Amino acid sequence: MSGSTFKSQAPRRMGPVAAKVSGLLESKYLGWIALAAALLAPLLTASPYSLNVMTTAAIFVMLAAGLNIVVGYCGLLDLGYIAFMAVGAYTSGIVSRAFDLPLFFTIPAVLVMTILAGLIIGAPTLRLRSDYLAIVTLGFGEITRITANNLAVTGGPSGIYGIPKLLTFGDFSVHSPAVFYYVTILIVAFFVLASARLGKSRLGRAWRFVREDEDAAEAMGIHTYKVKLMAYIFGAVWGGFAGVLFASHLTAISPKTFIFLQSALVLMAVVLGGMGNMRGVVVGALVISLLPELLRDLSEYRYLAFGLLLVVAMVFRPKGLWPARPHEDERTGAEPQTAVDAAVSRGESR
Amino acid sequence: MSVVLGVNDLQIAFGGVKAVDGLTFDVHEKEIIAVIGPNGAGKTSAFNCITGFYKPTGGSVVMEGTDITGHRPADIAAVGVARTFQNLRLFNDLTVLDNVRAGMHLNRGQSWADAIFHTPRFKRSEAAYTAEAHYWLDFVNFEGPRGVPIANLSYGQQKQVEISRALARKSKLLLLDEPAAGLNYTEKQNLLELCRRIRDLGTSIVLIEHDMGLVMELSERIVVMNFGREIAEGTPAEVKANPAVIEAYLGKDEEVEIDDNA
Amino acid sequence: MTQIIWDGLFVGSFYALIALGYSMVYGIIKLLNFAHGDIYMLGAFIGFVMLTSMGGLPGALGIGALLVVLLVSMALTGGAGVLIERFAYRPLRKAPRLAVLITAVGVSFTLQYGVSAIMGSNPRSYPVRLEGDVFDVLGARISLPQVLLMAIAAILMISLNTYIQKTSTGRAMRSISLDMKGSLLMGINVNSVITRTFFIGSALAGAAGVMSGAYYGKIDFMMGFLIGLKAFTAAVIGGIGNIQGAMLGGLVLGLLEAFGASVFGGEWRDVFSFVVLILFLTLRPTGILGERVTERV
Repeated sequence: MSGSTFKSQAPRRMGPVAAKVSGLLESKYLGWIALAAALLAPLLTASPYSLNVMTTAAIFVMLAAGLNIVVGYCGLLDLGYIAFMAVGAYTSGIVSRAFDLPLFFTIPAVLVMTILAGLIIGAPTLRLRSDYLAIVTLGFGEITRITANNLAVTGGPSGIYGIPKLLTFGDFSVHSPAVFYYVTILIVAFFVLASARLGKSRLGRAWRFVREDEDAAEAMGIHTYKVKLMAYIFGAVWGGFAGVLFASHLTAISPKTFIFLQSALVLMAVVLGGMGNMRGVVVGALVISLLPELLRDLSEYRYLAFGLLLVVAMVFRPKGLWPARPHEDERTGAEPQTAVDAAVSRGESR
Repeated sequence: MSVVLGVNDLQIAFGGVKAVDGLTFDVHEKEIIAVIGPNGAGKTSAFNCITGFYKPTGGSVVMEGTDITGHRPADIAAVGVARTFQNLRLFNDLTVLDNVRAGMHLNRGQSWADAIFHTPRFKRSEAAYTAEAHYWLDFVNFEGPRGVPIANLSYGQQKQVEISRALARKSKLLLLDEPAAGLNYTEKQNLLELCRRIRDLGTSIVLIEHDMGLVMELSERIVVMNFGREIAEGTPAEVKANPAVIEAYLGKDEEVEIDDNA
Repeated sequence: MTQIIWDGLFVGSFYALIALGYSMVYGIIKLLNFAHGDIYMLGAFIGFVMLTSMGGLPGALGIGALLVVLLVSMALTGGAGVLIERFAYRPLRKAPRLAVLITAVGVSFTLQYGVSAIMGSNPRSYPVRLEGDVFDVLGARISLPQVLLMAIAAILMISLNTYIQKTSTGRAMRSISLDMKGSLLMGINVNSVITRTFFIGSALAGAAGVMSGAYYGKIDFMMGFLIGLKAFTAAVIGGIGNIQGAMLGGLVLGLLEAFGASVFGGEWRDVFSFVVLILFLTLRPTGILGERVTERV
């Protein structure tokens, strides 16, 4: 083997600070560090404004985590992802108001509706070529928004107001912004962790196989269509739950919230962060949602900047700014031979 | 010996061109069969029909008594047919181990809920996947790094990984499309020995190959194709002596003479 | 009834003009140029800026001046299309399809919010408004501007068709769409043909932008989003990659939409056309005139 083969794996030369940062970013405790930072943030700033911004950012992270399953893991471009958030938000809003329930108890309905939405959008379209799929998802996104705008049950253009709180125990309700922030952070953390873990499982590998080479995946016995549908359904559920949090956070929803711009912003978070790399996606989502708050004066140019950044990123770093760098340990030697024999013989008996 | 794969009067046409026109052969248990023929004879098309990537326009493919004609590739793989591709079809951005794990997708052993909650079942199953991936990489004597993306490997190593991926499927039948192409002499000798060890596992092998030395030494029977048709079938010795085969490969006598003069 | 047909054909001719750009680009480099609808918006704004800077025009000069503005806008949007191809799409010609699609979304975003940053995000009213006599044909109210705009659209489309069928560039376009590598080996300058394709497609969309600005009187930076989607639908209905198909698809979609809106109500018009799009893509992805595209193993 020639020495140059490992070039891309060789440690790049960097300064001590950069090395520390890099080490921190690749650290396996990064998730815990991030969670701790999120939980401690209100100690630094707990004004209603900053809590609102941080809660919104956390919900946005959850959306990005869901879209990352579809686009990052499975390689399916979804340009109407916000529709799933709309389905979740409207379902919980309508059900909770109709039965006068706290939002928490609408979760089964939300689950059913988002899975249904994932199936309805996915089933007829997943056999399409990738570019057709992109445009069809865009069409579905618009259909969802216009339908919400036209129907009476969704409140028409003015939407739904006065959505109940997430949870109420007698006198105690999750309505103080700080409490809701903490609840949101914990839920989002769970979903981010769950999608990261899914990515490293049998199903997650199947998604990547499909993304890399559908024919080769089929030849290994992977039903590419089913696997893609699973990605869609998981993405839909993530988006739907983000919608519940969103409805609870704002207590009001309207079709104007679920425009294409929002789908595009979530997509940017995923793409710029690094498709398939959950850490990168979380960072991307935080940047996309927090940067405009920090640069209020430039707000007119922010979408222009995002658009240009997207083009530049694709031309120069088509895998995103912080792409997944597949790497795992070489043989640890820890596997006992008996386990190998068991695994192999079990397979052979089929 | 029982028949593993039965191909009967297989046909496929693209537009008016009959790429495969009435191919018939059986593969028995623990048998190594070579399909040879000039370029464009329809060998790879036949493979694609057997594995479901093309829908045959006629004939049948039966795997261990199950008719799999025109089924989708994933179902055919599940019945016990594994394959490699003529030009490597690996998952380039994924690690060597992940590539081999692709062959074990049907092993199951964990659900998505196990994955989300990292249950003991999940950990056991992942450990088994990893151990087995190492096992099959060892089986093909793979000596390269295993935790890095496949794109970092040499061509010969990538071919080894593709075979281990197919082996991890643990199928009764393995279809190899030009496994020796691009390999050097030592690598070919290793391939020869590897194919025999695979056969000893109880797996039958059908291979498309242009390297006649390898084909003659390795295969028990040879199917010769030309222009989509099967022009001969038999042991290496029979095929070598068959006038139709000689004609297909070298042209008619006159042409050979002209070649000699030139 | 005749009113519905007429309205459908009128809107459909706009769709057709834009659909042509989608179809030509798709036919040649298999790229779904997501930003194409925004080129239409760009054309409308270029026309707007030119007409505004000219100041008020006497009514008699209106049509003539509008034609000049139309041609200049076409040249400028064509140029914009060429630049976009050169700097955003060409570097990615061998990249995975996902990367290219995302780039196209980025270009679309850049155009939309670039125009919004310069021109403001509120709708603008066009300085020229085409108005004319309305007459009655078989029960349909038809106005002179409508006839004029449809005539311009028809002229543009017929000349494009002649160009593609009769000239060597047209022949080169057709051959590249069949086999890019082969065309390259046959000595066709593929890059220059692709540049021309983008120029023509973008110029047609720009023309449609100016025309719709002058007819409807209101423009805004998001106006290309919906119509871009509709035009793509038209291209799919006709058979994407097929020039005549795009024209036919535009008219068919205009008609379908007009009927759909009269049956289900105007607020469902867009939903109706997206459903048509999804049905066509799933049931007959090759469209009315398209040929079968097989993806090879």
